Amino acid sequence: MELLSLYRSMARIRAFELAAEELSIGGVAVLGQQINERAKVRGPLHGSIGQEAIAAGVCAHLERNDLLTSSHRGHGHTLAKGADMRRMMAELFGRRDGINSGKGGSMHIADFSVGMLGANGIVGAGLAIACGAAQAMQLQRRPNIVTCFFGDGAVNRGPFLEALNWACLFKLPVLFVCEDNRWSSTSKTDELTAGPGIVARSAALGVPAERVDGNDVEAVAALAQRLVREIRAGEGPRLIHGLTRRMRGHLSADKQSYRDPTDIEIAEKQEPILRARIRLLEAGTSQAEIDSIDEAVARELQDALDFAEASPEPEAVEAFVEVQMLGGGTWY
Amino acid sequence: MVLKSMTYAEAARQALRDAMTRDPGVVVVGEDVGRGGIFQQYKGIQAEFGCERVIDAPISESAIAAVGVGMALAGLRPVVELRVVDFALCAMDEIVNQAAKARYMFGGQGRVPAVLRMPIGHWRSSAAQHSQSLETWFAHLPGVVVMCPATPQDSYAMLTDALRGEDPVVYMEHKELWAVSAPVDTAATLPLGRARVLCQGGDLTIVSWSAAVRVAQQAASTLAREGISASVIDLRSLWPWDRETVLADCARTRKLLVVHESVQVAGFGAEVAATAAQATGCRVSRLGAPRIPVGYAQSLEDVSRIQAKDVVRAAFAFFDQPGVAA
Repeated sequence: MELLSLYRSMARIRAFELAAEELSIGGVAVLGQQINERAKVRGPLHGSIGQEAIAAGVCAHLERNDLLTSSHRGHGHTLAKGADMRRMMAELFGRRDGINSGKGGSMHIADFSVGMLGANGIVGAGLAIACGAAQAMQLQRRPNIVTCFFGDGAVNRGPFLEALNWACLFKLPVLFVCEDNRWSSTSKTDELTAGPGIVARSAALGVPAERVDGNDVEAVAALAQRLVREIRAGEGPRLIHGLTRRMRGHLSADKQSYRDPTDIEIAEKQEPILRARIRLLEAGTSQAEIDSIDEAVARELQDALDFAEASPEPEAVEAFVEVQMLGGGTWY
Repeated sequence: MVLKSMTYAEAARQALRDAMTRDPGVVVVGEDVGRGGIFQQYKGIQAEFGCERVIDAPISESAIAAVGVGMALAGLRPVVELRVVDFALCAMDEIVNQAAKARYMFGGQGRVPAVLRMPIGHWRSSAAQHSQSLETWFAHLPGVVVMCPATPQDSYAMLTDALRGEDPVVYMEHKELWAVSAPVDTAATLPLGRARVLCQGGDLTIVSWSAAVRVAQQAASTLAREGISASVIDLRSLWPWDRETVLADCARTRKLLVVHESVQVAGFGAEVAATAAQATGCRVSRLGAPRIPVGYAQSLEDVSRIQAKDVVRAAFAFFDQPGVAA
């Protein structure tokens, strides 16, 4: 997959996440922060700044009809899968024209029209849901695969074991992608995870796994291409363990008082977009070409912000819609 | 009308067979379903429809339920077999945070037409972790339909309706009703959300569901001999529940007694009673199990089992002291 195209995918994610982060300051009362009524993005916002290469590299090899589940940190996956940035921003703003009609927000963002079956506020929940979707593909003889993005923290929850065992048992077309940013919220994952690591855990459950530098978008894309091909050929599930780094806190309001500043510096130095730019220039791409992509992304972002701002909040009566068909829509 | 005598288990099996024949999207996933299920409610189903559609699961309730959610979001109609409500607790996130909320929080982009089977009720000598009736927990959960079939007829009709619907259904059969036999009319329909009125009386409204309906019925016979004429209403479903039928009866009798197997404290009887009192001003009472885990020894377990004589006593309390509910 062409590096320039991968760069563009990452740049879109970065632009979206930076804007969302800025607009979320004061949007949630947690970790010592106070609420500022003027914040446009309310509630906990889990951005993926610094982790864009995994989303971009994997999604580059997915078709529109392939399905995807994600974690609470899902904006990048949703964008890379093909969702409309405007409707995503409107969802973060909690507006009527948001992709979830304002009903889900950041943590539940979903776009079924591009196969994105939802971000999830519960760590690890998407793994076995992905298995179910894959089993449906299998039963319906559809050629599509299901990708499941989750973090390093999720490998310590029961669903990780159950889902991998299940996917292997039924030889399901699932690509499990562990986006390892080394942090389980405000705690270091390696201090909370016993045993020989994620690849070994996966292999022990029967799912072949490979580690990759998750901040090298070309390496991620190459690995994803190979594994997706194997999965499409009916060889069963695979797992990618992508090592990356979190450039920000667990959520945007997190000032990371618990984190060694050196750790943040390393994250910034090794971040995937910086590296991709260097690679592009080394390979002969002009700065002008790169700038032109950045400018186009900036325009797309502004358009998304304008769209989101112009969309009204949903009417209160909408709170009663889409609960359930039978016995739904009532106060009591 | 074609009447055939069937057990509760046979009726459920027939409903599933008919649905799976009619709709290739209906699949089953759960433990031991290939072997017929522990209550034989799946006998012959895998042989008829194959292993791809009748999936034997490892002991992974969490995954069983989540797989059901994923299948449903991807277009199938899964029957998620969780064995008993007590084990369904291993899948609470999947039921509460995933199945019940997916449609809403995704803004209607996806639906979860899954039937989650989790039998409730006493199960002789099975003790605390296998004898619970937790239907009220799920009535409290926005996003799900809650069904509690009490008869072979409803075992057929309600499972049929559940498998046709668009909602996640918490489908709560009863652990001790499987062998009960009665005539079943597979063509009969009583709309979901409509209660079944077993008999109508002028003095007292007794509302119940699931296995406790029979206990209520027995009590009503005894009460009739004592000169108290009681209505007995089987709610059939706890969400939606047939407020119209219940409130109309309460408005006449001015006394409501809700009887259920589950623990009385915060049981669904409280919801029915509060609604009736609020809407009609009638006197209310509810009778359920004491707030204790179900013990193992028969003498201990029996303390948790509501019998007809307990219902009769609760009914009499309305008439012993006017103006004071039991």
